[in-house]
Amino acid sequence: MDLAFTPEEQKFAADVRAFVKANLPADVRDKVKNGKHLGRDDYMRWQQALGKKGWLVYTWPKKYGGPGFTPAERYIFENICAEEYAPGIIPFGTKMVGPVIYTFGSDEQKAKYLPAIRESTVWWCQGYSEPGSGSDLASLRTKAEKDGDHYIVNGSKTWNTMGHWADWIFCLVRTDSRTKPQEGISFLLIDMKTPGITVKPIIMMDGGHEVNEVFFDNVKVPLANLVGKENEGWTCAKFLLANERLGIAAVPQSKRGVEALKEIARAEQDNGRPLIENQGFAEKIADLEIQVTALEYTELRVLSQMAHGGQPGPEVSGLKIRGSEIQQRITELTMEAIGEYSAPYLPGLLWHGTNEAPVGPDYAHLAAPRYFNTRKTTIYGGSNEIQKGIISKMVLGL
Amino acid sequence: MDLSLSDEQKQLQDAAERFVRDKYTFENRRKIVATEKGFLPENWAQMAELGWLGMSFSEADGGYGGGPIETMIVMEQFGKGLVLEPFLPTVVLGGGMIASAGTAAQKEAQLAPMIEGKKQLAFAWLERQSRYNLADVSLKATKEGNGWSLSGHKGVVYNAPSADTVIVLARTSGGAREEKGLTLFLVDGKAKGLTRRDYPTQDALRASELTFDKVSVDTDAVLGTVDTAFPTVEEAVDRAIVALCAEATGCMDAINAATLEYIKTRKQFGVPIGKFQVLQHRMVDCFTNAQEARSMTLMASLKIDDKDAIVRRKAASRAKVQIGKSGKFCGQSAVQMHGGMGVTDELAVSHYFKRLTMIDLMFGNQQHHLTRYSAPCWTPSRSWRSPPSGPSATKWPARPSR
Amino acid sequence: MDLALKPEHKAFADEVRAFARATLSPATRAKSFSGKHYDRDDHMAWQQALGSKGWLAYTWPKKYGGPGWDVTQRFLFENVLAEEGAPRIIPFGPKMVGPVIYTFGSDEQKQRFLPGIRASTVSWCQGYSEPGAGSDLANLRTRAVRDGDHYVVNGQKTWTSYAHWADWIFCLVRTDTEAKPQQGISFLLIDMKTPGVTVRPIIMLDGAHAVNDVFLDNVRVPVANRIGKENEGWTCAKFLLANERLGIAEVPASKRGVRSLRELNDDPSLNEKIADIDLQVQALEMSELRALSTMALGGAPGPEVSTLKVRGSEIQQRIAELAMEAVGEYAAPYQPDLLFRDTNETPVGPDHAPPAAPRYFNMRKTSIYGGSTEVQKNIVSKAILGL
Repeated sequence: MDLAFTPEEQKFAADVRAFVKANLPADVRDKVKNGKHLGRDDYMRWQQALGKKGWLVYTWPKKYGGPGFTPAERYIFENICAEEYAPGIIPFGTKMVGPVIYTFGSDEQKAKYLPAIRESTVWWCQGYSEPGSGSDLASLRTKAEKDGDHYIVNGSKTWNTMGHWADWIFCLVRTDSRTKPQEGISFLLIDMKTPGITVKPIIMMDGGHEVNEVFFDNVKVPLANLVGKENEGWTCAKFLLANERLGIAAVPQSKRGVEALKEIARAEQDNGRPLIENQGFAEKIADLEIQVTALEYTELRVLSQMAHGGQPGPEVSGLKIRGSEIQQRITELTMEAIGEYSAPYLPGLLWHGTNEAPVGPDYAHLAAPRYFNTRKTTIYGGSNEIQKGIISKMVLGL
Repeated sequence: MDLSLSDEQKQLQDAAERFVRDKYTFENRRKIVATEKGFLPENWAQMAELGWLGMSFSEADGGYGGGPIETMIVMEQFGKGLVLEPFLPTVVLGGGMIASAGTAAQKEAQLAPMIEGKKQLAFAWLERQSRYNLADVSLKATKEGNGWSLSGHKGVVYNAPSADTVIVLARTSGGAREEKGLTLFLVDGKAKGLTRRDYPTQDALRASELTFDKVSVDTDAVLGTVDTAFPTVEEAVDRAIVALCAEATGCMDAINAATLEYIKTRKQFGVPIGKFQVLQHRMVDCFTNAQEARSMTLMASLKIDDKDAIVRRKAASRAKVQIGKSGKFCGQSAVQMHGGMGVTDELAVSHYFKRLTMIDLMFGNQQHHLTRYSAPCWTPSRSWRSPPSGPSATKWPARPSR
Repeated sequence: MDLALKPEHKAFADEVRAFARATLSPATRAKSFSGKHYDRDDHMAWQQALGSKGWLAYTWPKKYGGPGWDVTQRFLFENVLAEEGAPRIIPFGPKMVGPVIYTFGSDEQKQRFLPGIRASTVSWCQGYSEPGAGSDLANLRTRAVRDGDHYVVNGQKTWTSYAHWADWIFCLVRTDTEAKPQQGISFLLIDMKTPGVTVRPIIMLDGAHAVNDVFLDNVRVPVANRIGKENEGWTCAKFLLANERLGIAEVPASKRGVRSLRELNDDPSLNEKIADIDLQVQALEMSELRALSTMALGGAPGPEVSTLKVRGSEIQQRIAELAMEAVGEYAAPYQPDLLFRDTNETPVGPDHAPPAAPRYFNMRKTSIYGGSTEVQKNIVSKAILGL
């Protein structure tokens, strides 16, 4: 057991930092630093740079073109990227469908899909939730019926993140409605340009557009796009959910968030002194920092287990619960630090990158929308109630 | 002691409830938000006709002799409907300060038309550095000929875009954050040298940044006396806080009702999600929080007329802490229990949540008022009870302060 | 709407205060402020004094020998007594079995039992919970089998507060095992001196002895001691639980607790925490006043009273927690003699230190007894929210 990094690891850290400094576009860095919204192109430029270096799919094994990082290297990589204001990697290709394909897909599928995911030339999105199937995912009703060498897909998916930017979608669909809910589900890859697909925006409470409803109206999907066996898609779904919950704790981002919060608290005034000198507020930040550290060390413990051959188990749910609560708390305290100057709503500046001057300090107009928007973190990826249900059943045996 | 509403008060409550039901369906409200002013002049006219704009003022001031309870009753209903008309800045804050500090001529010129619905007001106090300190004011008013000249900046001035008169808190003497040396001025909304930057707020109200560049006003624009505005402002803000608390109570009732309905009808795993104990208990906690918020608002409304300023301040701060706490709990819980639907713009729940969030930030958040409430000078003296019995009379050394 | 007191109510408050000052023993009063435990005499002497004055059964209607006070008077009475350092009235007689007897009992039963309760010459305890029936009270299994004009009772009750001081116990017993759990229960009054009744202390985590197991082994109880009809005891139980939840919020005692906190604390960093709990007490009090105001207009306390119990217990716990926090490391020395006995031992730290931690430990019970917080929330969720 050793907390210190080896000389090799320290060298690796220096390499990562040098790479990020040299390859992260300056405008993208600025947007991340100032909490601005990123466009598709912003993500793509950075992800393609990582792809060239072979680091985009940093969690993949070497066999499938990953760098084969040790857990310590992963940790270093994620933290330095966050420290250097790199955007978060969009997980749908790299962390979700990619591992599903290399774990459950055929050799043809691996050859066809993995390179584009590694290089970020194709944008993926996820088709899981439906209007009637949120927490109860297995009750999904989007149907895929066989017709020769195609499936005909009908139904709708919702809470589809960034589907309006996506080239492909991976979907859970029902291929047998006579069995138990979990049993008749299949995992399909669908080209978003296929006729019959419509994407309709859902506007969030902060006024932003990041999620969609996706409608499937007699969409023809080749049978070759089925991953794993027919009616066994639930296995892929469970595998993917466990993976999703690990990254979702977003520790490096939260560490960065705490630093940004401190900077704001230094800039904001309270009775003529920096707000950070207000004891009550300083204690709230301290409390938050301690929570982030506790989460970080829990995640390190899980990673270390994985390094010794374990798989992420249900206890990963605990990381998601605390991680999402911490993300919310950061936005809450940031808004509290800014106070009444959180009130002005400037959608032009927020969403369209207009030249409108901010009201109050630069960071003020982002605070309330972020706080509102971040309420989603305890809901998506399996709500915290569902996560606790999983822990209570799988870990505690209740 | 009697905590029940009088017959007249019940009628007022019914009328306000009816107003909200008729004018503020969720879809109607969306349309009102999209109008140029962000509220409906005909609704404002109707409020005047119903007597609501004058109800809390004395008969001598042209009002109907009501008080904080009447304000509480209508604000609570406004909260249920997320009403957009500028009742708080115009009537409670603006009208309140003019009634308490204005001359007969100022009341005649400002208050009377306001009660008739013909004049709207705004109160400009906040500055970039002020945070929640009402005395942290640097906008300067200097003597100039027969009047005053105002220069400086005011921020997040609610209803400034529609205000005929802006009541401006300015520094006429004294140093930064000194309570003495503050003066209120009645400034025409279209005064020369006054520029506005208008914008909507997170919760769909309208506000402005105001820049004063040598704005000239006459001597009779001074509201109250020179250099001594602070107590007037503090009292008016405390009253506004209590009114805001009532609005928050209404928001909480509405958001709880919507959530309860949702968890009774939304089905997952084959049953309404309200069958899960974890949601039931959270819903009960929402209900309890709203009850406590209502209790504190009621207490504050009953005490805000007290002769003792400390009693008034404590009542306002106490209620604001409770509302901040309860509003956050009910708002966050409602969003959570609505799941994905809760974070969209589509349902009313997110709109109530945003309003509750902004109410906490207005005039001091939970933390600020907890600090204000616990200020040592306010705590009761230690002499109230007999000395503790027991053999030891050693004076225990005080803990070193941190 | 008005919070102010009428002159007659002010006079009433003064009268109560004068009575407490003249009557309450200084030793008992001192225990109230120091957090030491009362003994039986403390309670009995005080309750009997109230009884002589006609004030012990202060919630009862005139018809049954109560003072017939309005809700404001009750409120003032409770508050003034708490401020003056009176021990709380042990509720089992005057607040629990008394109202059950005058509501559901026969005329003979009223004549036989009510005077002893009013005068506090007979002390009562409550036989509800059983080892297998805690939150799920209706699951109780203590059997009462009819044998001529007696019931023969067998079983065990637990968490019985003050059973070791009590003359009588009121019990829920099962008289029909065929019916649904809530049916088939009867409400029996049992003399603690009856052969076959054994009391065994349960020592709490702070070292105190307040609760007991009560074993009933072939205890013969006259049928005349049954309140209400056979198999309809659940009605009495529900009535009593609703009554219990109102008083259990313990607002006056919590107000006293907050004042003591202010008094004892010398750590400025705790000021805001104390202010926060002060606020919570006031919100609870106002909610209780609103409930009382509804009752004054003829309404009955409903299930929303459950929320008062939930908050009241959380607040009591928080006050105890803060008192311990205020003491700091001097909360650690355990000096039981100082808590439970009259002794000349001096405290290791400040005077108020020895009871701080034991009290914090002990107060954890408040969210468990009288229907746990979880059970209360279930009640509200079902009865008010319709979930």
